[in-house]
Amino acid sequence: MGAIESGFIGQSVRRKEDARFLLGAGQYTDDVTLPNQTHAYFLRSPHAHAKIRGIDTGKAKKAPGVIAVYTSADLEGVNGLPCGWLITDVDGTPMKEPPHPVLAKGKARYVGDHVALVIAETQNQAKDAAELIDVDYEVLPAVVNVVDALKPGAPQIHDEAPGNKCYTWAIGDKSAVDAAFAKAAHVTKLDIVNNRLVPNAIEPRAAVATYSRADDSYTLYVANQNPHVERLLMTAFVLGLPEHKVRVIAPDVGGGFGSKIYLYAEETAMVWASKRVNRPIKWAAERSESFLSDAHGRDHVTHAELALDKDGKFLALRVHTTANMGAYLSTFASCIPTILYATLLAGQYTTPVVYCEVTAAFTNTAPVDAYRGAGRPEATYVIERIVHQAGAEMGIPQDEIRRRNFIRTFPYQTPVALLYDTGGYDACLDEAMRIADVKGFAARKSDAAKRGKLRGLGYAAYIEACGIAPSNVAGSLGARAGLFEAGEVRVHPTGSVTVFTGSHSHGQGHETTFAQVVATRLGIPIENVDVVHGDTGRVLFGMGTYGSRSLAVGGTAIVKALDKVIAKGKKIAAHLLEAAESDIEFKDGKFTVAGTDRSKAFGEISLAAYVPHNYPLDKLEPGLNETAFYDPTNFTFPAGTHICEVEVDPDTGVVSIVSFSACDDFGNIINPMIVEGQVHGGLCQGIGQAMLEHCIYDSESGQLLTGSLMDYALPRADDVPSFKVETKVTPCTHNPLGAKGCGEAGAIGSPPALMNAVMDALSSVGVTHLDMPASPHRVWQAIQSARA
Amino acid sequence: MYTFEYQLPKTLADAAKALASTGGKPLAGGQSLVAAMKLRLAQPGTLVDLRGISELAGIRKEGDALVIGAMTRHADVANSAVVKGAIPALAVLADGIGDRQVRNMGTLGGSIANNDPAADWPAAVVACNATVQTNKRKIAAGDFFKGMYETALGADEIITAVSFPIPKKAAYAKFPNPASRFALVGVFVAQLADGSVRAAVTGAAPAVFRAAPIETALAKSFTPDAAKAVKVDAKGLNNDLHGSAAYRAHLVSVMAGRAVAAAG
Repeated sequence: MGAIESGFIGQSVRRKEDARFLLGAGQYTDDVTLPNQTHAYFLRSPHAHAKIRGIDTGKAKKAPGVIAVYTSADLEGVNGLPCGWLITDVDGTPMKEPPHPVLAKGKARYVGDHVALVIAETQNQAKDAAELIDVDYEVLPAVVNVVDALKPGAPQIHDEAPGNKCYTWAIGDKSAVDAAFAKAAHVTKLDIVNNRLVPNAIEPRAAVATYSRADDSYTLYVANQNPHVERLLMTAFVLGLPEHKVRVIAPDVGGGFGSKIYLYAEETAMVWASKRVNRPIKWAAERSESFLSDAHGRDHVTHAELALDKDGKFLALRVHTTANMGAYLSTFASCIPTILYATLLAGQYTTPVVYCEVTAAFTNTAPVDAYRGAGRPEATYVIERIVHQAGAEMGIPQDEIRRRNFIRTFPYQTPVALLYDTGGYDACLDEAMRIADVKGFAARKSDAAKRGKLRGLGYAAYIEACGIAPSNVAGSLGARAGLFEAGEVRVHPTGSVTVFTGSHSHGQGHETTFAQVVATRLGIPIENVDVVHGDTGRVLFGMGTYGSRSLAVGGTAIVKALDKVIAKGKKIAAHLLEAAESDIEFKDGKFTVAGTDRSKAFGEISLAAYVPHNYPLDKLEPGLNETAFYDPTNFTFPAGTHICEVEVDPDTGVVSIVSFSACDDFGNIINPMIVEGQVHGGLCQGIGQAMLEHCIYDSESGQLLTGSLMDYALPRADDVPSFKVETKVTPCTHNPLGAKGCGEAGAIGSPPALMNAVMDALSSVGVTHLDMPASPHRVWQAIQSARA
Repeated sequence: MYTFEYQLPKTLADAAKALASTGGKPLAGGQSLVAAMKLRLAQPGTLVDLRGISELAGIRKEGDALVIGAMTRHADVANSAVVKGAIPALAVLADGIGDRQVRNMGTLGGSIANNDPAADWPAAVVACNATVQTNKRKIAAGDFFKGMYETALGADEIITAVSFPIPKKAAYAKFPNPASRFALVGVFVAQLADGSVRAAVTGAAPAVFRAAPIETALAKSFTPDAAKAVKVDAKGLNNDLHGSAAYRAHLVSVMAGRAVAAAG
């Protein structure tokens, strides 16, 4: 049976894009070299908080090879970088939105803040010249910890945000929650920190900006996850340029994880400067710059309380979170610890009432924004750690306490705004327990004990919300952008197809997955389908890739366009076959008159559309090219259970992951191999957060102490085991693909699974508290304090 | 990187002359120096590359000693049958340095001349009571390493080889920093030909040092338990975000015990 007949859905088709990557033929932004190109270097603040009394660029401007040096004084008419989500404070006022200047104006507010832009013939000349810039700093006291920032007397970072508070926001019925706690048989309390992370895409951020005098237009190549949004924000909000005069191309991009969603100062300043110097300008971040200036992730401090009845049924959850925004509001910073966090606090459970209050504050650190999972890992971490602790306190087995509280009827309205359309939580838990061999754990634990090692088993039953939507609901919650996706299916005369998608692939394999969908629907070979993305000059529009939305939202837009192609094809076929349109069936790449053997192949129809000699021109336009915009009616809700087994060496504090088992429900799966790869990557990042990664600023000086890979521990292949990954399927009910999204799940479920395993292992030596990362040093210290 | 002059002498004498006349820096494998230059943390006016001097590389047995040329790459030490036969612990140590790329470029001489507080080689040199040979003299291990990144080397002095007296037993146990994988604590334990025991520690302090209490305990009983039972004083040890002084002190005993176990 050929692939076309069976369709490509559910097949592990090898990735179409891999040939060019493996051959070194990928085109990343730093591979773009334009004639007459110049190089940019950004002088960054060495201080966490300092008044800028003056900047003398005189010597730098005269340095060899220098073309221009710009500071904020030059950026007349250029606005600050915008924030895309308005959060309203509990007191009814809008969040505090201090200006976010493209180049620091009057003050530098974090180490790495952009102070000046140097443009020179070579990168080295630009760097040399930057050393000649004399900035007169008056160093001010800095605050980097979000709890400290809210204390009275803390250094004041923005005049517009008294006490450094950005907002206090809340969700849920507080009085109902308080009442439930009053009746609880048991209350579990937990104080946890969700550690700050530095995203580390293999490809650092990069940009090439060029201006054309011929038509007063700009082209920006940029390592970015959503080029249309980048263009919209940059032109309409910051530079005041006509949108149609700016083309943004995000070519091959080497990983994003959220950090390349945002509009950054670098590319904005470069587009502005490209007209002034009238030459192309290139910049690629060095790893040290990435550490300083990419938007960071997480950084929550949380107190949570879970009320339970005597049988371990959850009665209420009460959460207070303080979230670090960094020095300025990054593009989507404000919605991460609110809309994408607190709404997930019901988890997989029937907890009838939930209340969460979030205070967000500014600090002298790099801006914080979405990072793989964006709010949902933080929520899952709170829920699954406190459920673990409640089970341990009440003596209820970890699977049992979860089962007693699982949601089993759908659709399910949570007390925190979300409507889960479908799910099957028992199935994932059962399967995860099977592949984790939970039954054999007791024997393995006692064997480990004989060797002086501590074994632990940790569960995390997570849920996330993907495919963020619908636009009108998001708008009512403060979103300043739409959340639809656009797609175009261009059928060429000979029947091959180019698909244009507003989604962006930076490692996810869209060129393959989307082609599988299109080839299956049209019944054509997958080689006949190419997917184009990442170029505002070629793709009609797009909201880009984040929040595991590409297949559920972007894929659906393509399906809607395909529906239009097939509908038009039926009209053409009806004409050619002299049959009624209603009698035409489309299957396996053929338009057939129902009940007969009379048919036309897809290629014959496309040819007729473009060579319309025998064609109903009076009723139908020629051509076969359809577009669709799709705005989802609800989020999708991937969910699953992850089980981690660890062994702790009490002599050194080293945690070894013995096994990691994940059973996920992503809805229908198009390409199991790609999905498995996404899960593996997510698990590695989640394990990185739980065991290794920790971004630390010095509390006095505000210097970034973990500013390189020498001090910031990324997971390596030998830090993780060979994963055991399975899936269960409950198709999403409201998109035609039944797909939910799989990009972030691994990073969401794994941190609590791992930490719960560590807590389980350490319970025998009396450890009751441990924050991520469970590094050898911290684990050893926890053991020592428990023994003391 | 700042601009610099580059010289590639063919003889030791020419290299010494070049260093003396330019005030430049010798370049061995470049795995620390070039990285520092890329970050603009080092600004040598001239680099005198030692790779063209063939007499500086090579591994040979000389009587009761194993002599390793200064420009011998870590990978060559790790894969050397001569090293594995004479002092297998050195092959294990070399195989655990950095990553494959670093091991293919980095050299023994470069490592000890740099004297990074967390480098592996200084522990082996001190524990084996090796002798550092330069173009001017022979320096005992105990006199060679001074403080952090400091050695007894003069400005135009070039290490030519290190001579390791072959011990009865030796092993190196490293506890890696989770980020850099340099030694957070590395302990090289050697029972020398005369029966004396040396335990040299890297990573734990500003420079390599001998852990006297461990040596005393192991002189009495060369067993893992004897090492592990020693309570090492945390005073003077490094205290940073990767590990407190107390943790490092504890790890000195643990890793010493593991080294003894590996030494057999």
